[in-house]
Amino acid sequence: MAVKKLKRGVALVGAGMTPFGTFPGLNTRDLFVQAFQEMRASVDKGFDPKDIEALVIGNYSSTMFEGQNFMAPYVADAVGLTPIPASRVECACASSGLALRQAIMTIGSGLADVVLVGGLEKESDLPIARVTDVLATASDSIYENPAGFTFPGLYALLATAYMDRYGATPETFMKIAIKNHENGVLNPKAQFGARIADIMVSKQKAAAKRGKPVPQWDSELDFLKDDQANPAIAWPMRLFDCSPVSDGAVSLLLVAEEIASSFTDKPLHIIGYGQGSDVPTYERESLTTIKAARIAAEQAYATAGVTPKDIKVCEVHDCFTIAELIAIEDLGFFKPGEGYKAIEEGLTSRLGPRPINSSGGLKSKGHPVGATGAGQVVEVFKQMRGEAGPRQVPGDLNLGLTHNLGGSGMAAIVHIFERRQ
Amino acid sequence: MSELPFNSTSYYHLLSEHKLMGCRNKTSGKFYLPPRPMCTTSYSSDMEWEQVSGKGEIIAFTVITVAPTHMIEAGYSRENPYCAAIVRLQEGPAISAQILGVDLSMPEEAIKIGTPVQATFIERGEGPAKRIYLAFEVVQ
Repeated sequence: MAVKKLKRGVALVGAGMTPFGTFPGLNTRDLFVQAFQEMRASVDKGFDPKDIEALVIGNYSSTMFEGQNFMAPYVADAVGLTPIPASRVECACASSGLALRQAIMTIGSGLADVVLVGGLEKESDLPIARVTDVLATASDSIYENPAGFTFPGLYALLATAYMDRYGATPETFMKIAIKNHENGVLNPKAQFGARIADIMVSKQKAAAKRGKPVPQWDSELDFLKDDQANPAIAWPMRLFDCSPVSDGAVSLLLVAEEIASSFTDKPLHIIGYGQGSDVPTYERESLTTIKAARIAAEQAYATAGVTPKDIKVCEVHDCFTIAELIAIEDLGFFKPGEGYKAIEEGLTSRLGPRPINSSGGLKSKGHPVGATGAGQVVEVFKQMRGEAGPRQVPGDLNLGLTHNLGGSGMAAIVHIFERRQ
Repeated sequence: MSELPFNSTSYYHLLSEHKLMGCRNKTSGKFYLPPRPMCTTSYSSDMEWEQVSGKGEIIAFTVITVAPTHMIEAGYSRENPYCAAIVRLQEGPAISAQILGVDLSMPEEAIKIGTPVQATFIERGEGPAKRIYLAFEVVQ
């Protein structure tokens, strides 16, 4: 099929986010205002919010998390944008990846020149068991949930299928967690800004303080293999293979390419875009790949006219460690079955040849479901403009990519960004 | 039985009678388990019920220690985890289900992909909430 492209170019000119974490007393609207203010400050030449012509937000379930459905106009009101069109899209964990895509299409179609994208979620007001149940409404309530599946359980299926087919071990997954925690330390917005080694020390101190025997571990891997320190959630996915429950909001400003220079001299041109869908886990031909992501990536590379080896910086959807392993293969960075070797060799570390998740990823940065996809874009924005501070990926980062999954991989959205000067 | 619509309600109704059944589309010949009201190849709704043998093999699995609410209510916990899997049936389709009769203490050694299993039916819940669920047992 011929590649279908936008009728005109779209550029990202501003990006801001709250820290990800748990913020009692702040609701979705409060969080979005924070993200909006940071986004405003990021627009180099400034702009008048009154020039924004549409708002698209991604939000998974304010309905169940906060008892507030119909969030878009409330968010528009919170940042003084009424009466412009305000829309909410939902695509599970890919909700704000989809909001970005819808905003791109709004500009690409010519209906607007300036569009605000939001991603938001406030999860921590509910007790953890209720949060789990809300998240589980994105897996198949008819055929997966009755079998006892949870989200960690669904991704654990991919993990056992991958281990069986290619010979990876749970240690591979642990190495992804160690790497993402290393990156998260350098990200002030990360929920867990601590190395696994730091967490080991704090656990030892806590034990000593309580007068209990102080646990000893030889290494971070040794700690992660300890059933007490790192208990199984859904074997082989353990606690440190899982992204956390998080609150957070993100705000992105998109404009038509031809007016980008009045906002900044360093716009990121959104040159690649793709979206795919897939069947539930039990209907899939293969459980060692996420087909929706392969489809989305193929479209994104085709629209951008670039190949995987051209990408310099990349944020992938590591809701669970196995998802990062599958992502680096689905995106074409490594051949099927080769990704785990790349991880073992450290190729995906921040200073390695194929840096993945310099932000710390969902694992360390946090995973406020509906804010996650847009949050990935904030990292790429900072990295490609050389504004990532101590976690800056070295080199000329002219091309960046974001990979955002929904649910068990039944949806995937990929974007490719280009900096031209 | 011919009057049952080809959908999930009928599927669970048939499970309650200890029958694992899918439907075959008469136009395309495609077999669906779980059943569907329309064939996604031929777009025809001309279906007929077909019972399966219940024989299959594990193609992916997990051992769940942090259980969702309805499994906690069924008695599962960190101390009493359970195996959930996808089983590919001999007849072709695959389905999600709990696996019974496996040693959960060492999943890496005790549970293998490719293990042959046989369908069984388990009862959960009390009174009006009572329901029959599909599960599989390892074939000894």
